[in-house]
Amino acid sequence: MSSVVTSQRLPARPRTHRWRPGLGPLGTTAAVTILAAVALAVLGPALTSADPNTSDFAKAYGAPEAGHPLGYDGQGRDLLARLLTGAGTSLLGPLWVVALSMTAGTVVAVTAAWVGGRLDSVVSAALNVVFAFPGVLLAMLVAAVFGAGLGAAVLALAVAYVPYIARLLRSAALAERRKPYIRALEVQGAGAWAICLRHLVPNILPLIAAQATLFFGYAMVDLAIISFFGLGVQPPDADWGVMVASGQSGVLQGFPAESLMAGGCIVVLVVAFNVLGERLCGPARPGVRSSPRRWRFRFGAAS
Amino acid sequence: MTAYLLRRLGMLVATLLVSSFVVFAGLSLAPGSPLATLSGGRSLPPESIAVLVERYHLDEPFLSRYASWIGNAVQGDLGVSISLRQDVSDLIAARAGTTAGLILYAALIMVLTGVGLGLLAALRPGIVDSLVVMSTAVVIAVPPFAAAILLIGVFAVNLEWLPAFGNGSGLWDGIRHLTLPAVALATAATAAIARVTRTTVRKEMDHEHVQTAVSRGIPYMTVVRRHALRNAAVPIATLAGMTTASMIALAAVVERAFGLNGLGAYLVNAALSKDFAVVQGISLVLVTAFVLVNTLVDVVAATLDPRIKLGRQT
Amino acid sequence: MNALLTVTGLTVRLPLDGEPRKVLSDVSLGIGHGEAVGLVGESGSGKSMTARSIARLLPQGAQVEGEIGYAGTDVRALRGQGLRDFRSKVSMVFQDPRAHINPVRTIGDFLTEALRVNRRVSRRVADGQAVRALEEVGVADSRRRLRQFPHELSGGLLQRVMIASALLTEPRLLLADEPTTALDVTTQAEVMAILDELRRERGLALLFITHDLELAAAVCDRTMVMYAGRIMESRASALLHERPLHPYTAALTAARPSVLRRVHRLTTVPGRPVSAFEAPGGCPFAGRCAHVEDRCRERRPDLRPLAGGEVACVRAEELHQEPAVTRD
Repeated sequence: MSSVVTSQRLPARPRTHRWRPGLGPLGTTAAVTILAAVALAVLGPALTSADPNTSDFAKAYGAPEAGHPLGYDGQGRDLLARLLTGAGTSLLGPLWVVALSMTAGTVVAVTAAWVGGRLDSVVSAALNVVFAFPGVLLAMLVAAVFGAGLGAAVLALAVAYVPYIARLLRSAALAERRKPYIRALEVQGAGAWAICLRHLVPNILPLIAAQATLFFGYAMVDLAIISFFGLGVQPPDADWGVMVASGQSGVLQGFPAESLMAGGCIVVLVVAFNVLGERLCGPARPGVRSSPRRWRFRFGAAS
Repeated sequence: MTAYLLRRLGMLVATLLVSSFVVFAGLSLAPGSPLATLSGGRSLPPESIAVLVERYHLDEPFLSRYASWIGNAVQGDLGVSISLRQDVSDLIAARAGTTAGLILYAALIMVLTGVGLGLLAALRPGIVDSLVVMSTAVVIAVPPFAAAILLIGVFAVNLEWLPAFGNGSGLWDGIRHLTLPAVALATAATAAIARVTRTTVRKEMDHEHVQTAVSRGIPYMTVVRRHALRNAAVPIATLAGMTTASMIALAAVVERAFGLNGLGAYLVNAALSKDFAVVQGISLVLVTAFVLVNTLVDVVAATLDPRIKLGRQT
Repeated sequence: MNALLTVTGLTVRLPLDGEPRKVLSDVSLGIGHGEAVGLVGESGSGKSMTARSIARLLPQGAQVEGEIGYAGTDVRALRGQGLRDFRSKVSMVFQDPRAHINPVRTIGDFLTEALRVNRRVSRRVADGQAVRALEEVGVADSRRRLRQFPHELSGGLLQRVMIASALLTEPRLLLADEPTTALDVTTQAEVMAILDELRRERGLALLFITHDLELAAAVCDRTMVMYAGRIMESRASALLHERPLHPYTAALTAARPSVLRRVHRLTTVPGRPVSAFEAPGGCPFAGRCAHVEDRCRERRPDLRPLAGGEVACVRAEELHQEPAVTRD
């Protein structure tokens, strides 16, 4: 009986980072674009009968024809099939990067904020120092050591992103930790794990989701860069970054279709992720949409 | 200010140590023996192996190996390339100029165009502003390799205005060859600078002290320059500096796309051919440059904003 | 009266929530050479807007009617260089010096900016003048102050700096918009004394904006009371303070705590002040007035001459006869 009374006296858990119900027309367009890309990536193989890896050199740079609406690349492979297959790898890679770095970042942030004191200072100082390693550079280093491949690149980027994410989430977690409802739960004798998992993390979840969206876009560009170098996804596997690189000789010969279409896909999706991410976390005031901090973050850091 | 500089210097040293350690530790993390990593899987004659063991102190414990490696690096000795059998330092020195020129050129384009566009958008609300806002929102998401391909297709292949490949010889030809790569490298960054300039200048123009200046009969453009732009200089300079730092890693992309003989392209080649000494050497140089530029940015920001000097912000 | 500044029928509308709202309604006033005029009212009464209209500092999209004349020139017609010249002859002292002085520039830069940019005075000469100006407003160690930044100075010191900068360009008219409101009480008195003394020495005309009727009376030759974007009463300060004509002025006087009277509870003017666009038809003060009659609500009373001043109240004569004007 008494436990019922105390739980009724608990201060209501405030929603700090509110989900913004309206994304606005731009935000909705962005969300729809992303969903469409995911749908195309999943349905891809079913949408075209052409095989992405069968090459017919007689049709190199061939124009669109029946059954091959986008034409052929420099090795006579069907472009539509390659773009659709490439959508899969180009979306899965960033998904892994975001999942890994967000999980690790959240764990570091919440632990530092929860334990506080010496550990928090050490973590903060460490994050400040580790801040300095550009993701792409780390990925090149990792590729040199472990060999080129998507797995190594994903791992390298995830590691390089963690300090940024952890720093960002730490301040949010710290603010949340100081709220009265957390104190009340502690006084009540709830365990640290339970409080963190059932109350603290869910309350900063909207912020995590917004950051994950933004970082998805960054990861997409960075992975494409690594694949462009030939250090990520390995040819002949289709990937948009690989396609931009392999289409470059076509550009010089006046057949820019492959590079342009793959590059265009990347740009459209990255814009969509940027817009959606900003809508999820950005300031509500229209007109003031680009925060210097975010661009600093992007350009000063992740690349 | 002195205390601030000292603290910043301490952080710089710590960061450099950690970064160089990461660069070095990669060798030990690699599957297989360090020797195999260093040789990149090549089979070497016993004499060469002996040289490598001697050179990298492979018979010593890990930390003392790191100490001797970093000691040599500080003296400019970065080891020998396995594939070219040349000093890594010489290889780097031969290519650093291209990369540095490329980054400086790109930074110049970024600051001039970005601040110009941002000012234009901030001071001309309406159509001009909307155009800048919309176009920068797209351009900011254009990765350097996409920009490179687009520029090659338009300006080199179709219009034949500028070369798309190689370094060129002589100053003027060199600049011509660097123009498209620099633009490609600066594209997204320019959009970011334009957006930040627009937001901060607009915010500054709304401050009361700008009204004070106007009320004294100071000409409009002078007010913009002396007050709005001057006060917006801290975020703009910070972003410009950090963006320039990020170009140190991204230069590799355009160097490869444009066939430039720079550090980044060489790093990619070395990574592909597993020439680990070169990867280590170039990574170390790039990370050091990255950290130095970022530190410089902080110090410049501190001198631009008198309020930071007091140590209220770190 | 040889007027330096004349404002006639000034009506200003500002865009609020997308539509133009009236903030000033038919404001007329004149300031003679060397005359100090007080403009008193509650927040939102339009006193600051009046000063901003004169200095041409209204926000974009403001609609202005009426005339503003300064020493024979039509201020509203001024453009470009002419407008800048006018602004350098009319100095403004703002309420919050901390916000109105650029935080990243030095005090010296703030003081000498107008001289160096507009008059092309050399840095050395301008610095010399700035040092003297700081000494005049009672800032010690003025050489060192020139190199300091605003955050290193107290609010009172900063307001002195602001006054010094306003006087440096040798203006003929000073617009002071609540110059002491942001300061603590002891500093207020010092800053006010300095402002008053320097103004008299130089024979400067002053438009002094404040919500403090007593302060206005102490500093100004003539005081005007504003309510809902209109002038309700305008008389010589001493008269206005001792025998207010308008019930609103009377209410303001009664609301001012005094060391001479001992009261149980401070009187307040009931109700909340309204802006020009919220004001009802008829007398805008009707809703809060203790002496309101039906005819007050029927027609908007014009400003008319009475007892050596002007007042906008239909019952002013009756109330003037009654000995006790203060509210019961």
